Amino acid sequence: MEEEKETTTTTTKKKQCFWTWALASVIFRLVLIHFSRNLNLASRPEVSTPLTSLRRLAEGYWLKQSSISPYAGSMYHGSPLLLSILGPLTVQRGEGQYNHLICSLLFVIADFMTAVLIRATGQNLQMAYNQSLKSLGIVRLLERSEMLASGDIAALVYLWNPLTIVTCVGSSTSPIENLVIVLSLYGACRRLVPLAAFGWVIATHLSLYPAILIVPLILILGYGPDSPRRKLFQQRASIKVGENPSTDIHYQQKELASQPMLPLRFSWRLVVHFILWASLWSCYVLLLCGISVRQYGGLGEMFKSTYGFILTVPDLSPNIGVLWYFFAEVFDYFRNFFLIVFHVNILFMILPLAIRLNHRPCFLAFVYIAISSLLKSYPSVGDSALYLGLLGLFVEELADMQFSFFLFCGYVGISFLSPVMHNLWIWRGTGNANFYFATAMAYACFQIILVVESVSAMLNHDRMLRKLSIMKP
Amino acid sequence: MAAVLRFLIAVLLFSSIATASLSQEEEEFSEELLLKPLADRKVLAHFHFESKAPPTRTYGHHHRLFPKALYQLVQKFRIREMELSFTQGRWNYERWGGFDPISSSNAKPPGVELWAVFDVPHDLVDASWKNLTHTLSGLFCASINFLESSTAYSAPDWGFQPFSGSLRYGSLPREAVCTENLTPWLKLLPCRDKAGLATLMDRPSIYRGFYHSQRLRLSSTEFGSTEVESGIALDQTLTVVLQPTTSHRASMTYSSDSVLQPSWSLSSIFGRKVSGRCVLANSSNVYVQVERGLMSELKILHAEDEGSGADNLTFEKTWNNPGFELSIAPNRVIKEVNILHDETSIVLYEYLIDNYSNSEPFDLGFTWKFPVVWSSPQAPLHASRFLMGSGNERGAIAISLKATEPSDGLWFADTIENSCMLRFNVFQVVPWYVRVYFHTLQVFVDGKPQSVTDFIERMRISPSEDKVSPGVMEMALKLPCCVKSVTLTLEFDKGFLHIDEYPPDANQGFDIPSAVISFPDFHASMHFLKDDSLNKSPLLSKFQERSPVLCYTEVLLVPLTTPDFSMPYNVITITCTVFALYFGSLLNVLRRRVGEEERFLKSKGNFTFPGVS
Repeated sequence: MEEEKETTTTTTKKKQCFWTWALASVIFRLVLIHFSRNLNLASRPEVSTPLTSLRRLAEGYWLKQSSISPYAGSMYHGSPLLLSILGPLTVQRGEGQYNHLICSLLFVIADFMTAVLIRATGQNLQMAYNQSLKSLGIVRLLERSEMLASGDIAALVYLWNPLTIVTCVGSSTSPIENLVIVLSLYGACRRLVPLAAFGWVIATHLSLYPAILIVPLILILGYGPDSPRRKLFQQRASIKVGENPSTDIHYQQKELASQPMLPLRFSWRLVVHFILWASLWSCYVLLLCGISVRQYGGLGEMFKSTYGFILTVPDLSPNIGVLWYFFAEVFDYFRNFFLIVFHVNILFMILPLAIRLNHRPCFLAFVYIAISSLLKSYPSVGDSALYLGLLGLFVEELADMQFSFFLFCGYVGISFLSPVMHNLWIWRGTGNANFYFATAMAYACFQIILVVESVSAMLNHDRMLRKLSIMKP
Repeated sequence: MAAVLRFLIAVLLFSSIATASLSQEEEEFSEELLLKPLADRKVLAHFHFESKAPPTRTYGHHHRLFPKALYQLVQKFRIREMELSFTQGRWNYERWGGFDPISSSNAKPPGVELWAVFDVPHDLVDASWKNLTHTLSGLFCASINFLESSTAYSAPDWGFQPFSGSLRYGSLPREAVCTENLTPWLKLLPCRDKAGLATLMDRPSIYRGFYHSQRLRLSSTEFGSTEVESGIALDQTLTVVLQPTTSHRASMTYSSDSVLQPSWSLSSIFGRKVSGRCVLANSSNVYVQVERGLMSELKILHAEDEGSGADNLTFEKTWNNPGFELSIAPNRVIKEVNILHDETSIVLYEYLIDNYSNSEPFDLGFTWKFPVVWSSPQAPLHASRFLMGSGNERGAIAISLKATEPSDGLWFADTIENSCMLRFNVFQVVPWYVRVYFHTLQVFVDGKPQSVTDFIERMRISPSEDKVSPGVMEMALKLPCCVKSVTLTLEFDKGFLHIDEYPPDANQGFDIPSAVISFPDFHASMHFLKDDSLNKSPLLSKFQERSPVLCYTEVLLVPLTTPDFSMPYNVITITCTVFALYFGSLLNVLRRRVGEEERFLKSKGNFTFPGVS
């Protein structure tokens, strides 16, 4: 009785602790927003890409207000829906610039909601994971991991990540993109099919790359959240059968089916629902877009200057990715070839990862997000902020990850060096483009190491689970 | 026999001339030169050649004087109007005037400027423009063909010229202008530079000047757009501002610590004399223009000198006055008639070159006798344009307009609103690599930020598209007359180009072409007394046309960041290596099976080292 009380008090303490830290991060953001004019983060290439820049959105809105197509010229490449929502907030009126504050506040709320959703997803994941471990009978691990609430950790990592804060204060639209991605994951984990479909459709609409998340979303809906390999459950079941030969097979199967969290069968019903909802939402989004761009070029123009802009990389202004310099230097007749190669690189990895990690769809989603933020044409630190936050969800599984300290140092080093090199090249004129490109290259390498090592750590964790379950029948 | 033949030929010739004169349609050519002392000790020389061809419908395709190349150009591309100018140097609006016909129609932006109005359906205008640029570039030995690409030209709606339907406008600020452009231009004249006023164009002297602008303007009514068919008119002008060499006498300082202006003569500024007219020219005149400001100063001088006995009329008729002296007596003195300025007016001294020949060449001398300081008439606003910001990431363009002294009393009240309003248009073309944020447009009136909608009457924007079209901005502004200065600012981001798109000297920077400021309510024109003889002079009739006051701002030089031009192979290999690293290592992790490896190693160990295990 007493113990139970103690545990409840510790959990409430933990909760309080989480909320204070979360609120502290919000207050910290508000303080920074107060000085955002001096910080001048909005024009940093790390924060605002041609796709997410709020300044370009303001230009698009201005063009739309003066009854020119927002996609006329090559300024705005975002969604027309975002234009109608955020556009009025970018207009500066006289002295009282409340619009600007409201806009920043919107991003703070988006960040906070993302964190809350990550936390909820994390709790869900942990619950499912504990249950599946229990059903496998590996309690030793459970005892060890009682201390860590991965959801809280992930949410706090997301909230206090300097990259997230910079993105939020620097007013780019990536907090909203992150929010909808996390929303779709949360919806899938909670089996709220319409929500998941909504998040996925909007995320795809906003930045195209989340389209590949349809694979992990279907897996989550079909099999349920992350769990050890399904083979283990089957082995376990067969062992049980072996232990208890008197009962007939029929009974066995019934028992298996009655176990609530055993993700043995793929539930097609939810997936079909998801696809139906997704098509419904996409029709709705297309309809809304069609209405808002009707007077101008129509949907064709919209697709050309949003998805076309993402896929053909016409803007060569420097960012933290590697493609801008590559396409500024590459010979013109190879351009199309390399465009195909780089985009196919993302698609090539979808299938192998999905086969190998199909029992861990949330982790698969994390890997997909990390890969697309590494290979996308206009990456920003907002994308890194998202996958670093999601990394916190797998803090138990990835406890044995190699090079984690090295990676941490690498990320810190790059985030200091990259602005310095940019300043030397662009503002002082003493450096040259290669300096900045070198930091972008190093950043890409660190991201690659992170992805590879986390995948390998996860696979090792699975191996360990298998060993444990075999050793402890 | 020979005599008979000669007689027959003479009769034929005579009859043909007679019929030509009877039909009242004759090709015309005239040459004129205007000389004008400028307030800052320089001399403006403005050559004006005009060729006219009667309409093809009545006259046919064969021409005696009109250049065939241009006639074919007009016919082929169905040009209604076209203007091409090659300019070196910048017209100094403050010192050389901004409110007279010469400055508003002959002051041009540096480099090449070309605009043309076509009489073709709307969808064919761009094709005609492209062909025209290629033809002109061949004709004038210049890289006008760079205007072919859609990033270089624009289609202004009303900002450059009112009612311009199928007008295309393009300019190349960096085009270097030299004799290779002048020679083909001279070839269009019937006498080239072998006879007539064009002989004065001694290359070293005219290219030594502070400003040099050679212009060609075509206007045709061939294609039935207007009722009156007057054929094709070709105006060729060359405007140069030269510095007369100062003799030792000029360095004498006078009591009022002003220095005597340098005296000059045709032979001293051009190094040549005019030895007769071009025989093909209908008229061949030289004018010396004395500005209004100078005239009023001279009048004061005159009054001081002569006391009260001086008579206005006789004073203006004299070419030998206390201020200066002309070495040759003019054939005629023409005085401007102006309602607003009945006190003093512009005076033109006319010389007919008919009277001079090889033995007696025309060499006009202009000798200053007393130091005079005067100022030229100014446009209502003096425009200048500059860049703001530092670094190679972003910046801002500012167009600053300062009100000039309203000395001329040309400000007139807007009767409708019962308050004095000043209207002007701004036309600006920005290349695509300067990505202008039009929503950042700010208007500062007398240094204070003001709401844009209060001052901008209408605005037409066509935003720039990367590698496709330049940004075009046309604005009509309305200001109360009491405003002293207006500044328009626009922020921009600098674009990053592919290495092939940089010009050979990439670190020099990129030029933003001049903005055009026009004042539709103000017209720079002179009025002369109605006289038939004046209408014969194309130059003077040009001066009498009502042309809106126009001025060009400076060309801006924007430095853009450059990538490393020597790196393509390194970048390709390094980037591909990183991608290979990603692909390879991830795939390796995915396909590795630890259990199998262990088993394999075990079995291997069992086989190879049985002793060890």
